[in-house]
Amino acid sequence: MKAATVTADERERGDVAVTGIGRLTPTRRFLASLRAGAPVYVLLAVLLVALGVEDPTFFEPDPFFAFLKRSAPLIVLAAGQYLVIVSGGYDLSVGALVTVGVVVTAETYHAFPGAHWTVVVALLVAGGAFVGLVNGLVTTVLRVPSFIATLGMTLILEGAVFYWTQGSPRGILPDDFRTIGRNTAFGPVPWAVVLCLVIGVVAVVLMRSDFGRTLIATGDNARAAGLAGVRVLRVRTLAFVLSGAAAAVAAILVGGFSGVSAQAGRGYEFEAITAVVLGGVALGGGSGSVVAAMAGALSLQTLFTLLNLRGVAKAMETTVQGVIVIAAVALGALDWAGTRRRLTAYVSPLVRHLPLPSRNPRGEQR
Amino acid sequence: MKRRRLPVTVLVAAALVVTASCSSDKADSTSATKAPVPGAAPGNSASPGKGDSGDSKFFVQADYDRQSALLQATPQGPADKPWEQMLDPQQMVDTTQYKKDGPYEICFSNASVANNWRQTGLKNIQAEAGTHPEIAKFTVLDAQGKDDKQISDIQELAGKGCSALIVSPNTTATLTPAVKAACGKIPVIVFDRGVTTDCPVTFINPVGGYAFGRTGAEFLKTKVKPGGKILALRILPGVDVLENRWAAGKRILEQGGLDVVDVKFTDGDTAKTKAVVSDAIQRHGTIDGVWMDAGDTAVAAVEAFEDAGKKVPPITGEDQQQFLEVWKKKNLTAIAPTYPSYQWRTPIIAALKILKGEPVPKEWKLPQPTITVENRDQYIKPGMPPLHYAMCGCETLPGYPQKWGGK
Repeated sequence: MKAATVTADERERGDVAVTGIGRLTPTRRFLASLRAGAPVYVLLAVLLVALGVEDPTFFEPDPFFAFLKRSAPLIVLAAGQYLVIVSGGYDLSVGALVTVGVVVTAETYHAFPGAHWTVVVALLVAGGAFVGLVNGLVTTVLRVPSFIATLGMTLILEGAVFYWTQGSPRGILPDDFRTIGRNTAFGPVPWAVVLCLVIGVVAVVLMRSDFGRTLIATGDNARAAGLAGVRVLRVRTLAFVLSGAAAAVAAILVGGFSGVSAQAGRGYEFEAITAVVLGGVALGGGSGSVVAAMAGALSLQTLFTLLNLRGVAKAMETTVQGVIVIAAVALGALDWAGTRRRLTAYVSPLVRHLPLPSRNPRGEQR
Repeated sequence: MKRRRLPVTVLVAAALVVTASCSSDKADSTSATKAPVPGAAPGNSASPGKGDSGDSKFFVQADYDRQSALLQATPQGPADKPWEQMLDPQQMVDTTQYKKDGPYEICFSNASVANNWRQTGLKNIQAEAGTHPEIAKFTVLDAQGKDDKQISDIQELAGKGCSALIVSPNTTATLTPAVKAACGKIPVIVFDRGVTTDCPVTFINPVGGYAFGRTGAEFLKTKVKPGGKILALRILPGVDVLENRWAAGKRILEQGGLDVVDVKFTDGDTAKTKAVVSDAIQRHGTIDGVWMDAGDTAVAAVEAFEDAGKKVPPITGEDQQQFLEVWKKKNLTAIAPTYPSYQWRTPIIAALKILKGEPVPKEWKLPQPTITVENRDQYIKPGMPPLHYAMCGCETLPGYPQKWGGK
């Protein structure tokens, strides 16, 4: 029974996600996409219930929307990070990019106090996309592994921020700029939540488009995708560009929420990767859904909130993240069937007589 | 074999993660009693004072008593120039041995400009140096918050023919040997943070950390009902000035029957402060008072209460423009003890006194005013930037207000 589920899910998440979803009815397509990330939704539900038990007032509108507002930057970053990871890379520069975004915005307002917020936002997103473009070109054209390319970019950006600000950014962010990250759009619903929903919809549409399919195909097997006519370099570069732009949007949210800070984005790069991994997206690319990655971000934030309510020291958050990443990736990479066989052979010949429910799911599938 | 895509494995991973986080919950809540940040396990109200017993080395009763007395003392010197005033100068130093003719080169080894208070201060000292024609050259080296850089900065400045050396040490103990070595070559003036040697000709600072911490805590004692929950926000551990503030603040809050539910470090960063305060509100339901060891991030703390839909409780800030403005605009219950940045003017004045052979106090104590709701509005300076420190004493200096970012 277990084996059957696994196989079905595997089909949904793998090839179907790339080529088959288009043939399904909208309802089935929706269900299929949900199943693709099923574990993270279960996890999210469990964590939310735990949070509700810990703090019964949590689901009242004000605290709940405050929680979503705080989660928004990570959700946006997870969507951007997903694009890079699913195409087979990593983007470690998003945290530094958020910091740079906030600091540069403050400096911009320092120099041009009357600047209109739409202009500043547009410049910020363009700047983020540009940094992403550099990341992408360094990765694809110069063939520097994305891990190193974006780590280098992190150091470059952090050094530049420190040099520019001397560790203490000048200026403040005016209220109209901060509205998106801090104020509500209508009723108790914050702008940040609206923005997250919009980005979620855009991301889903994007992943359903040709671009999305070629992105996943590239991450799955770049060589095969290239032979099939995918412009691998362009697709991968574009993923970095979009991740950079997402980081700029996150900077708008973080800056709006907190104001000027020289450590606005600290730790966000790793949180975003953790969120994506938690969403069931395979490191190395080729599988996973963007909605699940965003749900992973929400799960991570829920977990942090739970830890806070339980009185766990803030410092433990990074430890928990480390455990999540290693555990999720290790378990995801584990060859269950092989392990089972080896284990069975090792433990006792008696066990060999027992039926093996998950004989070899891959064998069944292919 | 290709990579696996088994949702069930991820589910197992997720389950493991939840288990792991639960066990870390437990691990922490058992140790919460001795942790500096008492946990908030249900029904287990945090007991203040069990934590950070290590702060006793930062509490010296005699120093505390002296600062308390100095807070009340009448300063000597011109009333309109507090940076030239001195409180209870107990020992005047004869400086005839340092007397020499100008023009002078005054050198300054600065710890860092890593916060807005220090940025305001640096402008003060530069402007003050500019007002004295007998100072031909004013050289500043910035250690960027690094002890090793400041040690080499001091060595360099002491060896290059400066007439006098001003030092604002990055840390107390580590910089002491470097200052000692410089004392043998040229007259040294230390200000702001101290060193553990009395070789500098004079040490300039305001009344001190105990008085600062005490002022805020006593305000909260009068404004918060007994048993009220206090959130204490500190920048970072280990700096004597800041440790003294908390050592005094903690004692008074506890003696006043207030419940210090959380003591958190913010790095002086707005984003971190807002997160810390939001978490504390979430964890404790309500916070009845906020004590801060520095006011850089007081506005972020105020915002966290607003965004959580809570009334802003009594809060201690500092003389930063944006805090004073928010205080007035939102009619907060607040107080602003200050660590006046006009103290950056004094080292130049002291250096010239020393080079002219005039006596200076061994320990030059400056007045340390407090901004209350009564005198607040006089410190709100229209046109000055939000991060400007009002107690700069810079209004009469050339280049004000443009050099300080004002209009």
